[in-house]
Amino acid sequence: MMRVFERPESLTEKQMHYCPGCTHGIIHRLTAEAIDQLGIREKTIGVASVGCSVFAYDYFNCDMQQAAHGRAPAVATGIKRVLPDRVVFTYQGDGDLASIGTAEIVHAAARGENITVIFVNNAIYGMTSGQMAPTTLLGQKTTTTPRGRTVHDNGYPIRMSELLATLDGAAYIERVSTHDPKHVMQAGKAIKKAFTMQLEGRGFALVEVLSTCSVNWGLSPQEALEWMRDNMVPYYPLGVFKDVTREEEQA
Amino acid sequence: MAKVLMKGNEAIAEAAIRAGCRAFYGYPITPQNEIPNYMALHLPERGGVYLQAESEVSAINMVYGAAGCGVRVMTSSSSPGISLKAEGISYIAAAELPCVIVNVMRCGPGLGGIHPSQGDYFQAVKGGGHGDYRLIVLAPGSVQEMADLTFEAFDLADKWRNPVMVLADGLLGQMMEPVEFIDREPQMVPKPWATTGAEGRKPNIINTLDIVPESLEKRNYALAEKYARIADEETRWQEYKIEDADLIIAAYGTSARAARSAVDMAREKGMRVGLIRPISLWPFPSAPFAEAADGTRQFLVVEMSMGQLIEDVRLAVNGRGVVHFINRLGGMVPTPPEIYSKIEAILQGGEVQ
Amino acid sequence: MAKGRVIIEAERCKECSLCVNACPFGVLRISSSINSRGFHPAEAAHPEKCTGCRLCAIMCPDVVITVERAS
Repeated sequence: MMRVFERPESLTEKQMHYCPGCTHGIIHRLTAEAIDQLGIREKTIGVASVGCSVFAYDYFNCDMQQAAHGRAPAVATGIKRVLPDRVVFTYQGDGDLASIGTAEIVHAAARGENITVIFVNNAIYGMTSGQMAPTTLLGQKTTTTPRGRTVHDNGYPIRMSELLATLDGAAYIERVSTHDPKHVMQAGKAIKKAFTMQLEGRGFALVEVLSTCSVNWGLSPQEALEWMRDNMVPYYPLGVFKDVTREEEQA
Repeated sequence: MAKVLMKGNEAIAEAAIRAGCRAFYGYPITPQNEIPNYMALHLPERGGVYLQAESEVSAINMVYGAAGCGVRVMTSSSSPGISLKAEGISYIAAAELPCVIVNVMRCGPGLGGIHPSQGDYFQAVKGGGHGDYRLIVLAPGSVQEMADLTFEAFDLADKWRNPVMVLADGLLGQMMEPVEFIDREPQMVPKPWATTGAEGRKPNIINTLDIVPESLEKRNYALAEKYARIADEETRWQEYKIEDADLIIAAYGTSARAARSAVDMAREKGMRVGLIRPISLWPFPSAPFAEAADGTRQFLVVEMSMGQLIEDVRLAVNGRGVVHFINRLGGMVPTPPEIYSKIEAILQGGEVQ
Repeated sequence: MAKGRVIIEAERCKECSLCVNACPFGVLRISSSINSRGFHPAEAAHPEKCTGCRLCAIMCPDVVITVERAS
């Protein structure tokens, strides 16, 4: 028998603490697989943010820095500027990137910072017990929108990929999902491409990965995948919003 | 090396580059702007990286990143900007990352003004951010010291794996004085802990999170032990005519300049006055005050704040002497005649505290 | 002989069932055994049906499934 699937070398042996069925684990694996496939583990430096994935520094088998909440793109910039030949990525949740860290992500993109951002959007604050995030859907119940999010009180959920794609510094922005094997495989390709963009020095690359939070959504892991497919994907359409390589081919 | 006439801020920047600073992440704020401006112009030409961040919050986190890679890195700001950096500074201290942070103080609170002040003393030495951490805080009193202390700050930061703050003010930053740059090589140290890419070694992790209280406590005790060693080795101050003094002035930075002139004025009139000028604000030089406080002497603290240094002086004097106070606020600077008349009031007019 | 085989690290499984639902051939099920964390780990109920298609491993958030395929 030939081995066709195994743990990527860029994931450590440490058991992940995520809740059963949480797709953070899948996204970690996809990121590690991309690093393995590109053969860059020994020259990659990852930046973990603050949220459920704060412990990412224990799970990625490469040099890691843990950043203050919202500041991972700044920490990554600080690293990339002094070590331009290293591969630098951030792994951030939606509370980290789309709320407290909005300025950092917008300016990293506007600068065309040559880093790779893995942006996990699960429409909620997971670690802190299920509060509303900027990406929480209208009507969605959370611990801080117990009667459901309303436009009147909480405004509209932010589509970060579209927002960042308007910035000229953005070289590659794609939104993907993890609600079934096909989409997980597509997500893997997108993440690998985002790292490739960095290797080719093309500038800012970000993959927004729709992700579940079964515990805080109050659903089973499988129901959460389906809820994501039926509710989040319509509001957060999947696809490529910026790709300078495609523009080159067309030119 | 010939002396050069330079602004204090520019002397800081030049000294930093000579000390091996290879990354500067800043943000505009008066009265420290000459530092980023100088770095933008010169650092790239001398093998370094300059970047203006979108905010001070972002800038200090860029410093965290670069410091974590083992690169000599610096940022500078003024009072409100340092408040924004407080969280990042706490992270840097917790992660034991070497870097240099310059605060060219301006008057506050709030937006305040752009003139000099010493109102950030507590913020600098008592910890402006959360948690138990300490910065080595150096207070220059001249353009020459702006250069010397910045140069040494980089060596101290690497030696102790600790952030070092150079605490100046708008007056020192904006004025010009002749300066001669230290002509020795910086003392670089190996940094095996840095995140440079885990090539042929186990991954390095720069992290301040520790969810297990037992081990976080150990980490805190280790920091405390390091701070104690720093206090033993790096405390520095200057004494001026205190041996026979009946009244000793305590002042640092710009206030010490005026105080020194007032000492000379008083001495001319036969009044025995001296000055102790802390250069390291943390670790605070308690010893000279404790020794001088023999029960016969009085003290006078001169500050450009509502009274912050005075608390540390009182702690050191420990009740063994009256501690008087004179201050200016809002960007006003104490003058020698003002300080002199206070001295006269104390020594001849029998003014009580 | 089955075309493929899955190896499940039972001790690391969190009984989330995503693998069971992803398998097109109904190979997997939640077992009645309990691991040290109190989860009933997934197991191959019908290993003979396994084709080594990897869908279960692709959906596993804890990377506990290794897949082999007859060469």
